[in-house]
Amino acid sequence: MRHVLAVLVENQPGVLTRVAGLFSRRGYNIESLAVGQTHEPSISRMTIVVDGDDRVIEQVVKQLDKLIDVIDVQDITDVEYVDRELILIKVNAKPSVRGEIMQIVDIFRARIVDIGQRTLIIECTGDEGKIRAIEKSLKPFGILELVRTGKIAMVRGPKYEEDQKEDAV
Amino acid sequence: MKLTGAEIIVKALEAEGVDVVFGYPGGAVLPLYDKLYDSPIRHILVRHEQGAAHAADGYARATGKPGVCIATSGPGATNLVTGIANAYMDSIPIVALTGQVPLPAIGRDSFQEADITGITLPIVKHSYLVRDVRQLAATIHAAFHIATTGRPGPVLIDLPKDITIAQAEFEYPPQLSFRSYSSAREYSPTQIYQAAKAIGESRKPVLYVGGGVISSGAAGELREFVEKTQIPVTTTLLGKGAFPETHPLSLGMLGMHGTKYANYAISYSDLIIAAGARFDDRVTSRLDTFAPHAQVIHIDIDPAEIGKNVRVHYPLTGDIKQVLKDLIPRVEVPQIKEWLQQVEQWKADFPLSYTKEEGVLKPQDVVEQIWEITKGEAVITTEVGQNQMWAAQYYKAIHPRTFISSGGLGTMGFGLPAAIGAQVGRPDAVVFDIAGDGSVQMTSQELATAVQFQLPINIAILNNRYLGMVRQWQELFHGKRYSQTDLVETPDFVKLAEAYGAVGIRVTRDEEMRPALERAIASPKPVVIDFVVAREENVFPMVPPGEPITKMLGG
Repeated sequence: MRHVLAVLVENQPGVLTRVAGLFSRRGYNIESLAVGQTHEPSISRMTIVVDGDDRVIEQVVKQLDKLIDVIDVQDITDVEYVDRELILIKVNAKPSVRGEIMQIVDIFRARIVDIGQRTLIIECTGDEGKIRAIEKSLKPFGILELVRTGKIAMVRGPKYEEDQKEDAV
Repeated sequence: MKLTGAEIIVKALEAEGVDVVFGYPGGAVLPLYDKLYDSPIRHILVRHEQGAAHAADGYARATGKPGVCIATSGPGATNLVTGIANAYMDSIPIVALTGQVPLPAIGRDSFQEADITGITLPIVKHSYLVRDVRQLAATIHAAFHIATTGRPGPVLIDLPKDITIAQAEFEYPPQLSFRSYSSAREYSPTQIYQAAKAIGESRKPVLYVGGGVISSGAAGELREFVEKTQIPVTTTLLGKGAFPETHPLSLGMLGMHGTKYANYAISYSDLIIAAGARFDDRVTSRLDTFAPHAQVIHIDIDPAEIGKNVRVHYPLTGDIKQVLKDLIPRVEVPQIKEWLQQVEQWKADFPLSYTKEEGVLKPQDVVEQIWEITKGEAVITTEVGQNQMWAAQYYKAIHPRTFISSGGLGTMGFGLPAAIGAQVGRPDAVVFDIAGDGSVQMTSQELATAVQFQLPINIAILNNRYLGMVRQWQELFHGKRYSQTDLVETPDFVKLAEAYGAVGIRVTRDEEMRPALERAIASPKPVVIDFVVAREENVFPMVPPGEPITKMLGG
């Protein structure tokens, strides 16, 4: 089963390598990893999507937690969370089909961010299902390039750790 | 007052209580070696950097203090790698200082440049590349803290040459704040209560004890726990010495080459109390047939070990010493009279054994003689292979930190430099490296180190001119096709010892054993004893790979 991990790490050189290295060394299946600085500049936050049974995930969490630069690991799979991905798609768009493409873009509340002579670049954010759907819809026109960020996720409601602490008592 | 980086390193090492380092100089560490020249810190000059890492490791295991090794950049640093991996697998606290090319030269494929923090990433507890001399003191302090707390392990500090020349204010110890690292672990009174209850209700309990008991300094508490509960104890290879193997409740080592009675006890038990052990595959063999009737209490400081290989019913994540202190007053003494009778019966029916033959030296006999002559009070290091398993089977370790062996990584060539480290740390101890002729050749250059620093280590080579353990597997599982395991030409170890300025003795007959050992122990010089043993002797009992641990060959 796929799990979503929210990981806080020290914003230091080499941290990403340590995390990625841990996954390859222990043979865990990483599906996506997104990382960036948080509102606290010395801390980065990673969203890691990893595939495995409960025992594997338990090990992933514990092994991640052992890395000195990892501050906190939360498996948020089973709580209510918001997740988003960003995708850029360069698609074949000769003038005769542009109208159709623009309709699709509208439906998905995506945006056209570049127009070439025979191409369009489309930007779309959304959860995984939406991203998959727009990709599928644009495929018939001929996708020339595609890049996506990997999932980022955040738990709904109050700050997750504080919430957890209250629960634990 | 401002100090140079090199001065800061030396001062910080002194402040950390380091009185000896194992190392090898080179271009990138010239400024550091210049400052070491004036320092009271003793420097043991090895002959290959791998020897420095293993010696630091052996020192740490023998003394309980962190071992420190130093190497220059590039090849110096890469030569440490096996030793660092060895310390990582066995959770030994060492701090490795490596030189690095100056910061502006990093990444340009400079002379003797190697990305050692990258190379060692999967085999360190943590590592640092120091980029600012003002961070240097704090980095060293953090490295020692991380190496020695929680589950111990190696920490590497990469030191660009310009950092060792630049200056900064020196204050020690610096303020440390780790929001991301805590060695404190928690278990609840309820968990203690439940574990104590499970022990009281068990009828066939066994203690399964690993190296964690030794690194936690919990041998005394373990003894107390056993005296109270009368639960029999089996140890792993690294756990040897955590509980005296001369004690009536000791079952010796378990696992692939463990005693039959230890493996039977584990396999028929209804409760395994694992302390500082990690259910390694050399212990469990097939996991699905391992201890099928047992519930498991697992005491370990590393939460990631709980449930890693086997299902744990009662986890106790914490320092073993403290956990045992909490358990002892609460544990109910279980009713296990019948079980102890059964265990005694297994011990009587399936003792460790080998056959003596007229005119042939048996390696097991050599190990037994070493035990008898030292009364089990020596510090033993081993190489890896048959020599190691015979040492584990026939040398009954009595005290913690007296049986030093490369368990997890299984590093041939570990024993000799580890013996050097152990002897440096415990100058009054009788130190024996129980070696094989194959392993010892991997680091035999360290004889020069032992001679130079007048370390009276004893190297007992069980010489069968084979890579014996691999040959044994070929005999049993590959139709006696001895592919590349017959060493054919081994050096004359007596002459080799003498060439280095050590003492060399050859033993070919039974009656020469005792006098040779007595001479070695009395000698103030390092001694190599070449025991010419039965060539095709096997280590038994043995669990064939993939079999349950009750299915043992031989013995």
